[in-house]
Amino acid sequence: MPHDHHDHDHDHDHPHALLPPDPALRVKALETLLSQKGLIDPAALDAIIDTYENKIGPKNGAHVVARAWAEPDFKQALLADATAVVAELGFYGRQGEHIVVVENTPQCHNMVVCTLCSCYPWPLLGIPPAWYKSDAYRARAVREPRKVLAEFGLKLPEETRIRVWDSTAEIRYLVLPMRPAGTEGLDLQALTDLVTRDSMVGTGLPQSPA
Amino acid sequence: MSRIHDMGGRLGYGPVQPQPSEAVFEQPWHARALAVTLAAGALGQWNLDMMRHARECLWPADYMRFGYYEKWLAALADMLVAQGVVCAQELRTGQAMGESPLATRRLSAAAVGPALARGAPSLRSAKAASPWPVGTRVRTLLPARNTRVAGGHTRLPAYLAGKTGRILMQHGSHVLPDSHAHGQGEAPEPLYTVVFDAADLWGQPERAGDEITADLWHSYLAPE
Repeated sequence: MPHDHHDHDHDHDHPHALLPPDPALRVKALETLLSQKGLIDPAALDAIIDTYENKIGPKNGAHVVARAWAEPDFKQALLADATAVVAELGFYGRQGEHIVVVENTPQCHNMVVCTLCSCYPWPLLGIPPAWYKSDAYRARAVREPRKVLAEFGLKLPEETRIRVWDSTAEIRYLVLPMRPAGTEGLDLQALTDLVTRDSMVGTGLPQSPA
Repeated sequence: MSRIHDMGGRLGYGPVQPQPSEAVFEQPWHARALAVTLAAGALGQWNLDMMRHARECLWPADYMRFGYYEKWLAALADMLVAQGVVCAQELRTGQAMGESPLATRRLSAAAVGPALARGAPSLRSAKAASPWPVGTRVRTLLPARNTRVAGGHTRLPAYLAGKTGRILMQHGSHVLPDSHAHGQGEAPEPLYTVVFDAADLWGQPERAGDEITADLWHSYLAPE
């Protein structure tokens, strides 16, 4: 198979080598070809992008966490069957068909990774950030989670055990961080504003109230 | 036995570089790559396990030098040809040789919301008979491998092969990727979260008592 236009120095028959080497042009070539064949609608692509840029993101997960902090019954239901609870809030969907929420305590800190690819709870947190998909995070989170957390500026007390969840199936994990001190009087919106994306992956903590 | 994607525990990587407030998509073409992949997936010519396997089957040097969405694009192009959705000639020239008979399945803009909301659940039976209750000590397959298809897709990471852990959760019966990725049907099996002691995986853990969990299918495991 000819691929002399490509920068590979090896001989293999992967069809992707037929595409232009520049990735932006590669996408454009595929999109154009599939559109010509009547297989994709550019307006549908725009709708997909709009969904993950503007509609589905960490604010969904933050709402779930804040309610769990504020409402003991909600928290209990969430820990028992998160999929059902988040579905009622409208946060069910692609890459979030089976959700488990794991609770941080003074004894145990939870942290999520996908060593095999990039599994992440899309309906609650959106598209994963670059670091979550990086080789370094995938390789190191299971072997040296404390060093990785230090790179996020997080140092856990020695008495806190770490449990790293490797997302190897279709179960998607959301970390329920501990409620920060000094938040007793805050309403749901103020609590939601304290919840960071990284605190729900386990690589960070919620913000403290101003 | 493992492929290049099986990265858990590998040595030699530098620091993780968190960027707390980055854009959802770093480059406009990243967004297009994700959208083209999802829209093409909606044609129904492959499943998620097949697509994961296609990414894993990239040439290792390509896998390592490609960025995340470059892997997606390369696997999509390979899959489109493998499934006969487009032909190599069309990829080479960028010109369609006629409309596809699959055009009737094209995802419309109006169908995007419902399709993303519907997802693709892998649970097949919530009350699957699981002979091993929570707390059961189990040992994983050694080496990690697809026992049905030589060199095939599996979700048992190499770093967990031949290790002893304990069943922490039962998730009912889920589609088995080792079968589903190879057109051999869904073959659902009980799925468990298994917890391992870091000392059993790494010899010297960062801290005694730290743990790692993974979600593993019944046929990956045997009782201790």
